[in-house]
Amino acid sequence: MKSGVLNLVLKRLAVAIVTLLIVLFAVFFATSMLPGDTASILLGQAATPEAVAGLREAMHLNDPAILRFLRWLVGLLHGDLGTSYANEMPVAALIGGRFVNTMKLAGITTLISVPLALTLGITAAMLRGSVYDRTVTVLSIGVISVPEFMVATLAVLLFAVYLKWLPALSSVNEAHSLADLVRIYSMPVITLTFVISAQMIRMTRAAVIETLSTPYVEMALLKGASRSRMVLKHALPNALGPIVNAVALSLSYLVGGVIIVETIFNYPGIAKLMVDAVATRDLPLIQSCAMIFCLGYLLLITAADIVAIMSNPRLR
Amino acid sequence: MTVARAASSRRSFLGHSYNLVGVVASLVILAWTLVAIFAPYIIPHPIGDIVDDDYFGPMRQGLWLGSDYLGRDMLSRVLMGARYTVGISLAAVSIACFSGVVLGMIAAVTGGWFDTCLSRFLDAMNSIPSKLFGLVVVAAVGSSIPVLILTLAVIYIPGAYRFARALAVNINTMDFMTVARVRGESTIYLIGSEILPNIIRPVLADFGLRFVFIVLLLSGLSFLGLGLQPPLADWGALVRENIGGLPFAAPAVIVPSLAIASLTISVNLLIDNLPQKIRDRDA
Amino acid sequence: MTNLVEVRNLRIEATTDAGRLVEIIKGVSLDIADGEIVALIGESGSGKTTVALSLMGHARPGCRITGGEINVDGKNMAALTERERARLRGTDIAYVPQSAAAAFNPSSTIMEQVIEVTRIHGLMPPEQARKRAVELFRALSLPDPEGIGARYPHQVSGGQLQRLAAAMALIGDPKLVIFDEPTTALDVTTQIDVLKAFKSVMKAGGIAGVYVSHDLAVVAQIADRIVVLKGGEVQETGTTAEILSAAQHPYTRELLAAFEPKSRQIRADEDSRPKSLLRIDNLVAGYGPVKRDGQPVIRAVDSVSLVVEKGRNLGVIGESGCGKSTLARAIAGIHPAATGEIVFDGKALERAARKRTRDQLREMQIVFQYADTALNPAKPVEDIISRPLAFYHGLDRQARSKRVDELLDMVRLPRSLRYRHPSELSGGQKQRVNFARALAADPKLIICDEITSALDTVVASAVIELLKELQRELELSYIFISHDLSVVEAICDEIMVMYNGERVEQITPDKVKAPTHPYSKLLFSSVPKLDPTWLDGLVRDPELVRQYGHR
Repeated sequence: MKSGVLNLVLKRLAVAIVTLLIVLFAVFFATSMLPGDTASILLGQAATPEAVAGLREAMHLNDPAILRFLRWLVGLLHGDLGTSYANEMPVAALIGGRFVNTMKLAGITTLISVPLALTLGITAAMLRGSVYDRTVTVLSIGVISVPEFMVATLAVLLFAVYLKWLPALSSVNEAHSLADLVRIYSMPVITLTFVISAQMIRMTRAAVIETLSTPYVEMALLKGASRSRMVLKHALPNALGPIVNAVALSLSYLVGGVIIVETIFNYPGIAKLMVDAVATRDLPLIQSCAMIFCLGYLLLITAADIVAIMSNPRLR
Repeated sequence: MTVARAASSRRSFLGHSYNLVGVVASLVILAWTLVAIFAPYIIPHPIGDIVDDDYFGPMRQGLWLGSDYLGRDMLSRVLMGARYTVGISLAAVSIACFSGVVLGMIAAVTGGWFDTCLSRFLDAMNSIPSKLFGLVVVAAVGSSIPVLILTLAVIYIPGAYRFARALAVNINTMDFMTVARVRGESTIYLIGSEILPNIIRPVLADFGLRFVFIVLLLSGLSFLGLGLQPPLADWGALVRENIGGLPFAAPAVIVPSLAIASLTISVNLLIDNLPQKIRDRDA
Repeated sequence: MTNLVEVRNLRIEATTDAGRLVEIIKGVSLDIADGEIVALIGESGSGKTTVALSLMGHARPGCRITGGEINVDGKNMAALTERERARLRGTDIAYVPQSAAAAFNPSSTIMEQVIEVTRIHGLMPPEQARKRAVELFRALSLPDPEGIGARYPHQVSGGQLQRLAAAMALIGDPKLVIFDEPTTALDVTTQIDVLKAFKSVMKAGGIAGVYVSHDLAVVAQIADRIVVLKGGEVQETGTTAEILSAAQHPYTRELLAAFEPKSRQIRADEDSRPKSLLRIDNLVAGYGPVKRDGQPVIRAVDSVSLVVEKGRNLGVIGESGCGKSTLARAIAGIHPAATGEIVFDGKALERAARKRTRDQLREMQIVFQYADTALNPAKPVEDIISRPLAFYHGLDRQARSKRVDELLDMVRLPRSLRYRHPSELSGGQKQRVNFARALAADPKLIICDEITSALDTVVASAVIELLKELQRELELSYIFISHDLSVVEAICDEIMVMYNGERVEQITPDKVKAPTHPYSKLLFSSVPKLDPTWLDGLVRDPELVRQYGHR
């Protein structure tokens, strides 16, 4: 039985690696579709044809796409992310500190939103049909239905404009005390928590409700079990797989959320870096940022699937 | 048989039962659709004209929704914005759902390597976060209406495919599919006549849900300045250009936000409150 | 109060899809004395499970107890609060579900779930509860009583799970146990062991019981009294002997009549040299990867040969997993055989349906067990029946419409049904439509895969009668796949017994009393008889049971 689990996990990892390759190729391919020539863009309109041709040669732009892709891949494996077009700094150096900032933001949000959303989702499922459940459901539909920037602007309107509790912009460098830290992170974290919790609440609630309608939960009822025993002992252990998936999928909304939130609050993270890079069409930077996001997303989904496989009692 | 009406807010009409939330939601959607179609004929001012001396003007007679950051009429701009937001999203969702559903049904019916390869590839595409995909494409090829429609469609094809395939795989295990197969039926008959009628309701609901996702993504891209480019402006772009009015809670920033919310919330509510066919005949 | 259970004028309402309220139990009254086992018998939809669950004060989601009294041990379950009911569940009244496989929580061990009642109600320390459970396992003659509790539900067979569910019900020393069709999902050879185990523990403990079933013969073995339900009303009540020998109500008589041996028509025009319609030689079909010699790793059908003659029927009988359905699918080409020959009407057939000609496909039709999944729920009956007419015969719209009427007449369905969707038909009607579609192709051979198994007894025997009539009119041949001996006996000229993918014996119906192969002996002797003393008098060769019983 144990080897069955191991096999499934290995298979899942293999799938993840294949997926990663496809994704990397897609990212590379999309950024190579640039109309016009990278070399001429770099050199500007005044460049002579000879200079453009020379640069093309130097950048290996005349090679077939697959070769350039492989070269890029080998570079990645050596930690070489390329050089920024915009300011000719190594991409790795540009990303470094910003990456840490984004991870801090994502980490804090996860720590707050996961327990919050699970509690709300599970309790709403337990009290299905009650006023509490309906309120939670309506609120989460509302939050899911509006764009992230609206949640963010509402938060600014409420906390910064009317209540004046928090600053509208975040600047990490000014953090000198705990109070500063709270002030800096509150707005982005509140916004992100709203955005990803709503999805997680809905999916958790649905997963628990589905297991609550199984015959073994009815059996527990007919044994005289209390409502909380039915949920905690019988429904939850079997809803674990779907819930873990819900968490992973919702956390992946972090990627979309982070892009908006960092832009709105001017937070110096990797997403802001990427949005700025798009404005200047700095391809190596875009490629690297996109790759980091895809990698994070893939890690989350793969980890969730592996937990789901391991939580399946039939495989124990 | 003793029959009594259950106390509920549902009403019945033409063999279907409706409820109030669903009706209101569909009216809102209908209204925005009409606006999207007729916008050029009903706007009070040309969208480029500066009609107010002040910027971020308040709501008043003649300028029912105030003015924007340049003093242009907000009402006209929101009405025209509907055209872009609804139109682009609808075009994108139609392409995405049509291709996704057809591919999904074919994959479910044929199975084998076609199914495996397609599923693996589209699953991989699905693991690129949607906003990121949008950013990368816009960075590479720039932003125009056809590019936006195509990009949004491509982003949501894997999801539509996955959804339709899962439904079709369930139907495919049914004995009536086996019966049709050993009758000698073609794949086209199998997907069009046996599978599609059984999955059309959830597929339409999924269409609505995906429409919401696309509206949100398009608005998000426009808000980042990567969607529709000036002088065109959809609702997301309207929020972006008027974000300066946020500190004074100007209608110019609030109204387009509300427009997006009213559309997406209505679609979500409609999906949750679709009219139900009354099944028991002896009613 | 003299009786343990006194139900008076019970009424239960259900809410339909459209939000209408329908009364599904219309004033049921019944009594159960201490230590008495009462059977609730009726077809699907008669409300027997609903009544049984109401004894625990439970109504399934969408249902509501609206009137009457349910007195169990002096307490009116209908009037108690949910908390008070919960206190009685598991201790005073316990429940044995229809499908134990679904009623066990897959993520917890069997022992944990068996003793859960004692934890919930604080009856005894867990150590003592485990000891008591092992005693119960032993009393229910479960194998490895010490170790079985440590396993997870998916590691135990269906027959064992059903007995473990009984242990789970008995651990709280209930006064009343409700059995909800506990043996319906089991094979006959397994059913016997489970029934015997139930009967002995119930008698030993003097526990009262409610036994819900649709099978009169099973009920006859275990119940003291029988309550016949139909349409949410009690039709008849009496002791088991009374009901079996002197039933008053027409519905009860119909149920009994379904058990009478069918008169078989003797073919007068017995042709001296019957021509073979289908011949199968050494057919092998299976699953899993194909080995080097072209054989599958798992052989579901192992070198089976058979012959079906024109205008005659072959029955294939065996228990679940014996390969009979795979055989049907291999013949029809749905699951192509690995090796072997199929000769149909004088010509060799391709193994895969995809490679057969349209006419070959037309002449051999297959009808499946579950009409629910065999009919496309999105299409009206006329579309379903007229598709083969258009596909094989190229009939135009008018001709099709006329033919649909004729086909509906043939299967004895009113013509007005053609506009209905399958969900608006009863189980028997659906199976008739399913059959009409096969007839629409004008076949020579119809493979019937368990087509009566999902139907109620009375409806099933009507369908069998219909098949016989149609055979006379249309000169059809049937291959009749079933696990139910009485069905096969009623319609087939030859009976083939399958075990573990192989054909073990082929006999004619008049010889089923005297099979020669040991497995056929075990199988045929395990079919319950209406005689209430049958189970107690049944002596089975333990060696045979060990060899062929499904543990």
